[in-house]
Amino acid sequence: MNSFNDNRPDPDELLASLISEEEKSKRGTLKIFFGMCAGVGKTYTMLEAAHAEKFKGCDIIIGYIETHNRKETVELAEGFELIPRKSYQYKSTLVQEMDLDAIIARKPQIVLVDEIAHTNAPGSRHIKRYQDVQEILENGINVYTTLNVQHLESRTETVAQITGIIIRETLPDEIFENADEVELVDLTPDELLQRLSDGKVYTPDRSRDAIENFFRKGNITALREMALRIVADRVDKQLHDYMQYKRIRGPWKTGMHLLVALGPSPYSGKLLRWSKNLSYAMGANIQAIYVETLHRLTSKEHEQLDKNIALAKQLGIKVRIITNADIVKAIVDFAQKENITHIIVGKPRVRNLFSMLQLGNFVNRLIRYSGNIDVYILGSDSLAKDSFKNRFSIPSITSQIPEYLSTSILVVVTSVVCYLLLEYIGYQVVSFVLLFLVSILSLFFGTGPILLAAALSALTWDYFFIPPQFTLHIEKAEDILMLIMFFIIALLSGIMTSRIRRQEKRIRIREERTNALYQLTRELSMATGIDEVSGIAVSYIKKYFNLDCAIFHKTKFNQFDDQIQNQTTIKLTENELSIAAWVFRHSAKAGKYTDTLPSTDYTFYPLTGNVDNMGVIAVKQAGVFTQGEEQFWEAFLSQISGKYEREFLRNVSKTAYLLTESDKLYKTLFNSISHELRIPVASIMGASDTLLYHDYPEETKQKLYSEISTASVRLNRLIENLLNMSRLESGRITMHSDWYDVHDLAHRISESLRQELLPFKFSVVIPESMPLVNIDFGLMEQVLYNLVLNAAQNSPAGSRIRLKFFYDNGFLTIQVMDRGQGFPASELAMVFDKFYRGKDAKAGGTGLGLSIVKGFAEAHHGTVTAANRQNGGAIFTIKIPARITEIDNFSQKED
Amino acid sequence: MANAGTILVIDDEAQIRRLLDITLSASGYKIIEAATGREGLALAASGQVSLIILDLGLPDTDGIEILKRLREWYEKPIIILSVRNSEEDIVQALDNGANDYLTKPFRTGELLARIRVSIRQNQVVKDNPQLEFGSLTIDIGNHIVRKNTDIIKLTSTEFSLLALLAKNEGRVLTHQYILKEVWGMGYIEQSQYLRVYIAQLRKKIEENPASPKLINTESGIGYRFSYE
Repeated sequence: MNSFNDNRPDPDELLASLISEEEKSKRGTLKIFFGMCAGVGKTYTMLEAAHAEKFKGCDIIIGYIETHNRKETVELAEGFELIPRKSYQYKSTLVQEMDLDAIIARKPQIVLVDEIAHTNAPGSRHIKRYQDVQEILENGINVYTTLNVQHLESRTETVAQITGIIIRETLPDEIFENADEVELVDLTPDELLQRLSDGKVYTPDRSRDAIENFFRKGNITALREMALRIVADRVDKQLHDYMQYKRIRGPWKTGMHLLVALGPSPYSGKLLRWSKNLSYAMGANIQAIYVETLHRLTSKEHEQLDKNIALAKQLGIKVRIITNADIVKAIVDFAQKENITHIIVGKPRVRNLFSMLQLGNFVNRLIRYSGNIDVYILGSDSLAKDSFKNRFSIPSITSQIPEYLSTSILVVVTSVVCYLLLEYIGYQVVSFVLLFLVSILSLFFGTGPILLAAALSALTWDYFFIPPQFTLHIEKAEDILMLIMFFIIALLSGIMTSRIRRQEKRIRIREERTNALYQLTRELSMATGIDEVSGIAVSYIKKYFNLDCAIFHKTKFNQFDDQIQNQTTIKLTENELSIAAWVFRHSAKAGKYTDTLPSTDYTFYPLTGNVDNMGVIAVKQAGVFTQGEEQFWEAFLSQISGKYEREFLRNVSKTAYLLTESDKLYKTLFNSISHELRIPVASIMGASDTLLYHDYPEETKQKLYSEISTASVRLNRLIENLLNMSRLESGRITMHSDWYDVHDLAHRISESLRQELLPFKFSVVIPESMPLVNIDFGLMEQVLYNLVLNAAQNSPAGSRIRLKFFYDNGFLTIQVMDRGQGFPASELAMVFDKFYRGKDAKAGGTGLGLSIVKGFAEAHHGTVTAANRQNGGAIFTIKIPARITEIDNFSQKED
Repeated sequence: MANAGTILVIDDEAQIRRLLDITLSASGYKIIEAATGREGLALAASGQVSLIILDLGLPDTDGIEILKRLREWYEKPIIILSVRNSEEDIVQALDNGANDYLTKPFRTGELLARIRVSIRQNQVVKDNPQLEFGSLTIDIGNHIVRKNTDIIKLTSTEFSLLALLAKNEGRVLTHQYILKEVWGMGYIEQSQYLRVYIAQLRKKIEENPASPKLINTESGIGYRFSYE
């Protein structure tokens, strides 16, 4: 435990102060004009301050102001730019609220926003105005605002006690505590009452009401004291922070950590508020713990617990939920682990003798085990009694009517059977039969019906079976004893069994959830691809929550993608999509049953991965999740987001893999090319060396010359292919289409491949009516050159090679046919792959030629196919879309 | 061998210059060499250069720039010899006054033929009324074309086209140049006219129109009339 006298600056706290300093510099600053109640002149003072700032040249505007038509205030508000309120239709009423987006878009230096504790009309983005203010601050705009002491969350209880008025508009303490500046607007109670009676605050008739109800002098004095004290505390704390920040050693109280134990009691709220005030006064930090035990909570208690947890969050208290059968042990363990110095618990309620014993036990054990941790035990009050009643009222009898009926009928039927057999079995045995029945029933029915069955069977036994029959009167003392025992045994066995059943049910639910999570994890781990993950997520959410959902993802650039990624019937409006985008940006849930933009039908949850947000999920919940459901849901979402994150990362690494693949491709290319380059270079070097240093007959020389020439042609062809390949790879092919006569094309090919085609019967087929076509001559020349060369290289000498052109229906078709070996059927699909080479191909060639053909044909938006001809040989067909000239070919009417 | 003329080679690659020196000297030309554009301009101005072989990728100035500067005063043939082989580069060079364009790698035989044609053509008097190419005779003045004494009937556009090509024998004429000269500025993009007329001309004057010998296609660039 940290010593109270230890006044070394705590490094964590120093770091925290530095970080918050840095964060604050990016955010706008918040200044609160703080008063004890309405009418002290907060708005007026705020406007005065604004005037002073404006005079200094500051860009300051009014975002929202409530003048209450007070004359001085109205006058003072003039001369400021005013953002008009946004009015919109909510259901059938026209509501007006502050125009948050307009303020952010306007981006002044300071904006005035009156009444920070205000609750927005339904349909606004946030429930509370302070959330609007936070968004403004996040956009780097400074805010001036006003606040009355009674609206502070931690003070509402006290205010209600003082004034008897329950405050609904509350502000989380955190906002007030983190405000950069708080200016107290103070007025003596007499002055305030004077102002009231002068009608400066309310209209005269309202003033009288107000004075009689709220503005009693006693009230005002109490509120004033409260306000002054809060500001004083704040100044104290600032001094403390300052000393900490400036590393001044001082007698501050450090290292105090409070732990509040909260439960499903309405009293916990008070406990939390009290503890918060205490922590504030002590300068201690505070957290709360809820210990979940086997004890079943009623739905009312559930609701209360949820409320309590929500309140704790509002008060800025972190809540930890721990499951343990032993509350004391759980609290103390946690406290020791977290270096807690003070434990605060409420005094447990005394229900009956049993729980009285328990109370002693609880308090004693807590004190015994807590060691040197201080324990505060707070008394309960009248509020707790309600819950005492609630506890024993059997929940919703109406809904269990069928159960009551069936138990009664079963008791009656059994009794009738027993009555008929009474002669043979004797009335004592009947009691065992009935007892047996009640025990059996308790396996299937709740406590209420069992109680009824026990009572009913006891009565039946007494009335119909115990002699004298048909009276409730019992003669023998042992029968009386037996009846009492019967009743108690029936009751105990019934209740015990149903309790066991309840526990079992809870365990089953937990097990089911664990199982569901396990199943989900397993299926997700086997899924590949983001779509499959979405599919699993959708089906599991449908199965275990019975909810349809819409899933959104992030884009590659970590932006929100507003396309729903899964098959769903959910249709979202533009507005709802913007909520989803908001959720993605802020990593916080929004929509129905949340504090942000609740006026939609859907609730939006962020899919938060370890590093980034993966997306958003939207569901139409039937109601608020209970604590258990919420935990289960969050565990679900975290599994799903985790998997999404892995998938996104896998995609990234896949891109990296593709890069490696293309690296491999380049290696193949390199190997293939280095071979292809070396062979002709070797021939050139060899032949030229021979020519240089040896004297051979002219005939040999001629042969060597022609060798050199052939090798250089081969080299040149390779270079040409490489350059074309790199053009293709870089995607820098630009088309230069023009009108061409395919005769020219055919002629060029036969000219440039004259040598290679010499051994073949090469023929060109062009129909008489062939029009001019609009093509890129250079690309097509390269395509045909490679195809005809390929035919020449793969055909036996003397065979026929045909080049055929025709035009049909918008497409220019070119075919190259040979009588070579054709392709093995299994390789047809690979013919155009880079580096593909026929199995029996002659030496030489890189396997680039045909892939260039394909690339160029595709650059032309056309296709190329390879097939085997019926009577042997291969046929390549190129089909490219091409316009034809409208000029009537060869039939001008000129001259 | 008799001096067939002086050729200035402007190329930064020593090996190419050496190869050209050997090949062209063997054919009777006198060779002077320049490794940079500036040097080349100075040498061209110095005297009796009957033809310039110009590389486009020069270390100091771009070859096209040198070509433009030369063409301000130099009227004799310029042949471009470059590794740049894109149609745009070739058309640009031709439009800026190059007589011919060869891409590296090249066949020396081809280069020699081009040089020969260029020099000869430069010596042909431009308005020579009668041109003869083997069996084909073109009487420019009288608009008569004969093939083996038979008169070939040509439309006036066909004749203008043939006359333009023939007068520039051996030289590549770009599509745009031909369209401008024969049809006028407004037809510069109408290349299909040109294709149709070329096809018709070939049918009328070529021995085998499918394998033309006189009117040669320079793919993507233009046409060259040649007769060897």
